[in-house]
Amino acid sequence: MSIRHGLLALLDQGPRYGYQLRTEFEARTGATWPLNVGQVYTTLGRLERDGLVVPDGEDEEGHLFYAVTEKGRTELRAWFDTPVPRTNPPRDELAIKLAMAVTVPGVDVHGVVQAQRRHSIQALQDYTRLKARALAGEAAAGGVEGTELAWLLVLEQLIFQAEAEIRWLDHCETRLANHRERQTAAAPAAEAPRRRRTKQQLGER
Amino acid sequence: MIDTGFRDRTEPVLHLDQVSRVHGQGAAEVHALREVDLRVYPGEFVAVMGPSGSGKSTLLTLAGGLDSPSGGRVVVEGRSLGELSRRRLAEVRRRAIGYVFQDYNLIPALTAVENIMLPRELDGVSTRAARREAQAALDEVGIGELADRFPDDMSGGQQQRVAIARALIGERRLVLADEPTGALDSTTGEAVLAVLRARCDAGAAAMMVTHEPRHAAWADRVVFLRDGRLVDETGRRSAESLLITAATNSLNRPEAS
Repeated sequence: MSIRHGLLALLDQGPRYGYQLRTEFEARTGATWPLNVGQVYTTLGRLERDGLVVPDGEDEEGHLFYAVTEKGRTELRAWFDTPVPRTNPPRDELAIKLAMAVTVPGVDVHGVVQAQRRHSIQALQDYTRLKARALAGEAAAGGVEGTELAWLLVLEQLIFQAEAEIRWLDHCETRLANHRERQTAAAPAAEAPRRRRTKQQLGER
Repeated sequence: MIDTGFRDRTEPVLHLDQVSRVHGQGAAEVHALREVDLRVYPGEFVAVMGPSGSGKSTLLTLAGGLDSPSGGRVVVEGRSLGELSRRRLAEVRRRAIGYVFQDYNLIPALTAVENIMLPRELDGVSTRAARREAQAALDEVGIGELADRFPDDMSGGQQQRVAIARALIGERRLVLADEPTGALDSTTGEAVLAVLRARCDAGAAAMMVTHEPRHAAWADRVVFLRDGRLVDETGRRSAESLLITAATNSLNRPEAS
């Protein structure tokens, strides 16, 4: 899992304590996936249980440091060397919503598509503003490195994903329009779709 | 949302006032645009999106005075284009409006810099001053070194950048662009959008037709056309999300090493 390996990657650069790990994780990802410190300690506990990290002393302020073990390094290398599997795509709420919208009678599918499109374009505008700012910073500083570069890459991934979603929405609309045309052509008499109605629905008419 | 105080105080650079456009007659009548009302303010960059056939390009040609509406008015910097003589209209088009065509529309017998100078010379600007402005515009789009090339000796992307430089030259306060990034690779496309963006940040107004969401996202406002009607738009400022606030904070945070 990504938090687990993210923490291993940070610890690979030297011993760190929980709060520090959280700050550095968020700096690299622009706080796109905020971590709470509890999650960090839970994950460190599991990593320790699995022998991937060991406690590495305390400083005078009482921060408990952790260090990566040899086994942890091996695990980290294996993570970098293995592609992220796409065999079990994560559940996508939008895909599920549209799949339901086209099959549940009475849903304004175009309304669903357009509301999502507006929302996603707005997100895309925000990401683009942030990117323009990051690039302006890059130009001023004569290049980006380290955490800034990491953040720029994460930001661009969000941009590509939002773009892909909007393209897919456009495609859905085209497909729906084609489908409607075919249906109209196949049934010129415009027969009302037969469906069972509840008494209540019938009563409303 | 747009600051309405700003809107009240400021005249739009472009106002499409209940604009309709009908092509053909009788049974063959096609409503390309239906009572579209749209204002573009100084400093604003507006993107127009919509499926093909939704009226995007018609909207742009009307805004640029290249076609006349069947109903309603097109007002550019306070002048209603329909009430102008041919000569005055040509002058407004040349002085106030920069237009980037999808197929560039460069004059093949003129070099890049001469293509860009032409409208300025027609305005009575001296050749030397026009050349200096044209060179600056070419530099702005990143191809200053191609000033003396002819269109046929340039790639599609380079020609498109010449067309954009031509639209930017002078004091034009309205830039209209039809898929200006079509022939460009993604990095060059972004550079061109950054130029349009900078122009608007400096006070010009721009309206761009595009089907690329990633490019539309450079605009302050995205309007959606469908079957000739404006059906939706994004706000100038969106109320997006904790994510953005968090991300912004982290950008401003001193670097954790």
